Amino acid sequence: MITLNDYLLVSGLLFSIGFAGVMLRRNIIVIFMCLELMLAAANLSLVAFSRFNLVDGLPNYNGQMLVFFIITVAAAEVAVGLAIIVALYRRKQTTHVDDINSMKF
Amino acid sequence: MIAWIILLAPLVSAAIILLVTGKSRSISAMISVAAVAVAFVASCILFGQAETEPMMIAWATAGAFSIEIGLLVDPLSKVMLLVVTLIGLLVHLYSLGYMKEDDGKSRYFASLSLFMFSMLGIVLADNFLMMFIFWELVGVSSYLLIGHWFSREAAAQASKKAFIVNRIGDFGFLLGILLVWTLTGALGFGAAAAALGESGASAGMLTAAALLIFCGAVGKSAQFPLHVWLPDAMEGPTPVSALIHAATMVAAGVYMLVRASFLIEASPDAQDVIAIIGAVTALGAALIATQQNDIKRILAYSTLSQLGLMVLAVGALSANAAMFHLITHAFFKALLFLGAGSVIVGMHHEQDIWKMGGLKNKMPLTFMTFLVGTLALTGMPYLSGFFSKDLILVAAFAKDPVYFWVAATASLLTAFYMFRLFVVAFMGKPRSQAAKTAHESPKIMTLPLVLLAIPSLALGWDFVIAPFYKVAHPEIPTLVIGSAIGAFSLGTAIAFLLYRGRDKDPVLIPALANKFYVDEIYDGVVKRLNDGLATVLAFFDRWVLDGVVVKGSSAVTWGFGYVLRFLQVGNLQAYSFIFGLGVVGVLYFVIFRHP
Repeated sequence: MITLNDYLLVSGLLFSIGFAGVMLRRNIIVIFMCLELMLAAANLSLVAFSRFNLVDGLPNYNGQMLVFFIITVAAAEVAVGLAIIVALYRRKQTTHVDDINSMKF
Repeated sequence: MIAWIILLAPLVSAAIILLVTGKSRSISAMISVAAVAVAFVASCILFGQAETEPMMIAWATAGAFSIEIGLLVDPLSKVMLLVVTLIGLLVHLYSLGYMKEDDGKSRYFASLSLFMFSMLGIVLADNFLMMFIFWELVGVSSYLLIGHWFSREAAAQASKKAFIVNRIGDFGFLLGILLVWTLTGALGFGAAAAALGESGASAGMLTAAALLIFCGAVGKSAQFPLHVWLPDAMEGPTPVSALIHAATMVAAGVYMLVRASFLIEASPDAQDVIAIIGAVTALGAALIATQQNDIKRILAYSTLSQLGLMVLAVGALSANAAMFHLITHAFFKALLFLGAGSVIVGMHHEQDIWKMGGLKNKMPLTFMTFLVGTLALTGMPYLSGFFSKDLILVAAFAKDPVYFWVAATASLLTAFYMFRLFVVAFMGKPRSQAAKTAHESPKIMTLPLVLLAIPSLALGWDFVIAPFYKVAHPEIPTLVIGSAIGAFSLGTAIAFLLYRGRDKDPVLIPALANKFYVDEIYDGVVKRLNDGLATVLAFFDRWVLDGVVVKGSSAVTWGFGYVLRFLQVGNLQAYSFIFGLGVVGVLYFVIFRHP
């Protein structure tokens, strides 16, 4: 029997992997993918909470609604973010974040 | 209805000239002359009509308060309309000759039409606020016309001076209007007069209101101490001097005082102040006029002096005498100025009377009409000025003999300086090449002179003036009539004795030639005060406002920004790490430190 804890464990692992990726990797596309991983982790825990908190014998749909919102926003974010990365690459010829530091004082 | 035609005809003319016919100078001039002719004819028709209730148009309404524009047609405004439009018409005709070759002829006639519109607005105004609006408009048109030859430094300066000095008086006028409104709750002349009796206003408030209203007249009618603009206004074209700065606009102040006489009657203190200022102006300007050499300046100071007499009459509660003198003065002073203009044209634009001489034979028509004007002004018995000045002398005598003696002295000086001008300019031998080759002016210029000479001669006779204006007939003391005739004879005699056959002025009084140094005093006091204040304000602006407030606040912002810049390390991961720490912090405070 798979319990809520199992789902949350997987979700926490996914989130940690994503956060570690964001912290440690230097390629901006990989960072971007890690961000998506963190969002997926959040989605997973939301769905798990929804499934295991029954209201009148039915799942709590509030959690699932929030997941749909996150998926939609993430799609929009990808569209904008990738476009920015493409524009950045065209201008700087790099996707390495250490080379992108012109805002530094 | 006709009153509206009178008012709007010149405005239409000004608009047409400005918008359509500006390029064609002669058509512009004709339109302007036609408009003033229409106004004159309409004034004549209106004069014959019975008085009607003014047609009121609500102009601005705010809650219970409403400003109405209405035209007041009563005996006073009717006769004033006739005077203004008749002299206006003659001056327009004269201008056709005088400004014949001028490049700015269209602009000149447009300004002149604008002036006629504004002046007629003052005459017809039935409330203080409407009068104030047109009051400012005559100020504007006066500014435009004084500065007509704006490329001349002196003219540009004079137009500015006239405008600014007038503004000082107008400011008082506006305050006075507000005070009258506060006291009575009405702006219309009739309504305010009716409400004043029941308002229960204190004597001090009434005096303040009357004196503030009088401020407007001090500016516009060039009374001491705001008289300095009028002599300088002679930089404008001579017909303008005749129309605006002698016959009509400067008389507007007196006309306004007559309209507001209900206010002056309510305050004995204000009467004294007004009478004193009138007397000081009458005497001071007459003294200055005796030592001037510019033909137009002599006439300008003479205008000042005569306006002073009118104001004195207002202060002596004889509005009737003031209006009568205003009417006669308008005619003979316009005549004198136009005559001076004719002389100036004949002399090839020379204005110094000591360069003239012997013009009697060169310009016979100008000479004859100028003589009529001089005699009327100086109070030759049985000419118009004699009658009107007598009434003022009687009024002054009734108020206080001191005023009477001041006015009589001013009359003596009037006779003296006018015949000084007359003897020097017209008699004797020519003193310069220009005087030798002087020529009579064209007919379009001499015709108005002749037409103006007729009322100057005859307007004082009772059967002539009676249909137009009801002149009171007080009993004239023998002393008054005797001193009036004495002043005329004595002044004339001294002038002839002193100046006959002279080539330069035998009397030199620097204080008078320099106009009592009033301009210099203003320069010294007002200008230095102004400069000192400006220096203080400049210091405040530069060091306090600019230095502390503006630069200080920018330095504080910049300083904070400089410190915060060190957080910008330029490493994406560092930012997200700090962001993550922030999230942890928020979670910590929300979960564990939540109350």
